[in-house]
Amino acid sequence: MAPVVRFRSAVALLGRFPALAGVDLDVGAGEIVLLQGANGAGKTTLLRACAGLVQVVSGEAEVLGHDLLRDRRTVRRSIGLLGHAGTLYDDLTVEDNVRFAVRAGGGDVAAVGPAMAGLGVGGRLRTTAVARLSAGQRRRVAIAALVARSPALWLLDEPHAGLDAEGRDLLDGLVRSAVAAGATVVMASHEAERANALAGRTVVIGGGRVLQRDAVHVA
Amino acid sequence: MWRDAMLVAGKDLRIEARSRVATNQVAPFAIVILVLFGFALDPDRGVLGRASAGLFWVAVLLSSLLAVQRSFAVEAGDGAADGLRLSGLDPAGVFLGKAAAVAAQLALLQVVLAIGIVVLYDADLGGPVLLVATCAAATVGLAAAGTVYGVLAAGLKVRETLLPLLLLPVVAPVLLSATRAWEAGMGISVDDGWRWAQLLAVFAVVYVTLGVLAFGALLEES
Repeated sequence: MAPVVRFRSAVALLGRFPALAGVDLDVGAGEIVLLQGANGAGKTTLLRACAGLVQVVSGEAEVLGHDLLRDRRTVRRSIGLLGHAGTLYDDLTVEDNVRFAVRAGGGDVAAVGPAMAGLGVGGRLRTTAVARLSAGQRRRVAIAALVARSPALWLLDEPHAGLDAEGRDLLDGLVRSAVAAGATVVMASHEAERANALAGRTVVIGGGRVLQRDAVHVA
Repeated sequence: MWRDAMLVAGKDLRIEARSRVATNQVAPFAIVILVLFGFALDPDRGVLGRASAGLFWVAVLLSSLLAVQRSFAVEAGDGAADGLRLSGLDPAGVFLGKAAAVAAQLALLQVVLAIGIVVLYDADLGGPVLLVATCAAATVGLAAAGTVYGVLAAGLKVRETLLPLLLLPVVAPVLLSATRAWEAGMGISVDDGWRWAQLLAVFAVVYVTLGVLAFGALLEES
């Protein structure tokens, strides 16, 4: 079976700086892969490159069978990226935000209600403008949009940040459920203990390259 | 593309309805412009009447800057621009949707301003067919050009000051043509107003086409 993510000597530039300086990486279907590395190692850039938000300028980069050097747009409907920002519209309500994300991705709006309820942002919060929510609640809304879209590849950048203990457990459960349903997850996290328990293996990034791969965890 | 355009237009209009920036800031700004022109030219009511078409369109033009800036400001917050790119929406649909939302706001603004020039300047809005046709063509052109240059400036730190510099020279033909067409429609001049309206239609077609073709690349770079 072809890997979900396949990078070979992939180079990506931020300005003139090579944020990815020849990355080799394979992620198989149904894996949960943890990216670890110091600040500035290239973890976020690698996740954004997988999402087609950062252009890979040389080498090879395929995600879900799409060649990102040729076309980095088509794959995006099959990808969910939970980044540092929640990609939410402050003036829209929780439901409007989740519904827009699902409809834009061509998903089924029937998934909106259960996703919001599952993340604890249903009920009275459903009609609350996102601008009025706490940071943790905003994070939950962004995760609800991700869950409702049900992408084939989840890209999570510091996914536990801003969540309380209950929210972190909830997120871990959702990640495991998504993988059980056939999704693949690549995440970057500095919360080693929790992330290691979730991931099947760790890939260590440094200086825009993969320094170590296939470190297998026993959860 | 059309489905995506409807989705984006609906989202932008919903944001405006909730935030009320258009009604509480853009429309009052346009009225203030009319009032200031009135103060400047009031000693000579004849000049004010003859210049009412031009003053109307200057007010529309300056207000359109605010509407376009607002359209892209909502995408700048909380990484929403990433969300728009990641959504998988057809870029041409995003362009058409954002332009349609700006156009809808400009159309409402023109109704307010038209009432304003009648009340403040004693303008005579005879020839309503030509006036409405001019508004329609000019609105599409302004919204399309504004959306193209809005996304071009969106990713830059100096976007607020850069957008007027980029957009105002480009839409100068709209100001000229729409003013001439309105002067003809209002009976202020004997020009053939429909020829000016046709020019506006050509401008609108050019910028809608340009936006549909180029918006995707511009959005990626913003």
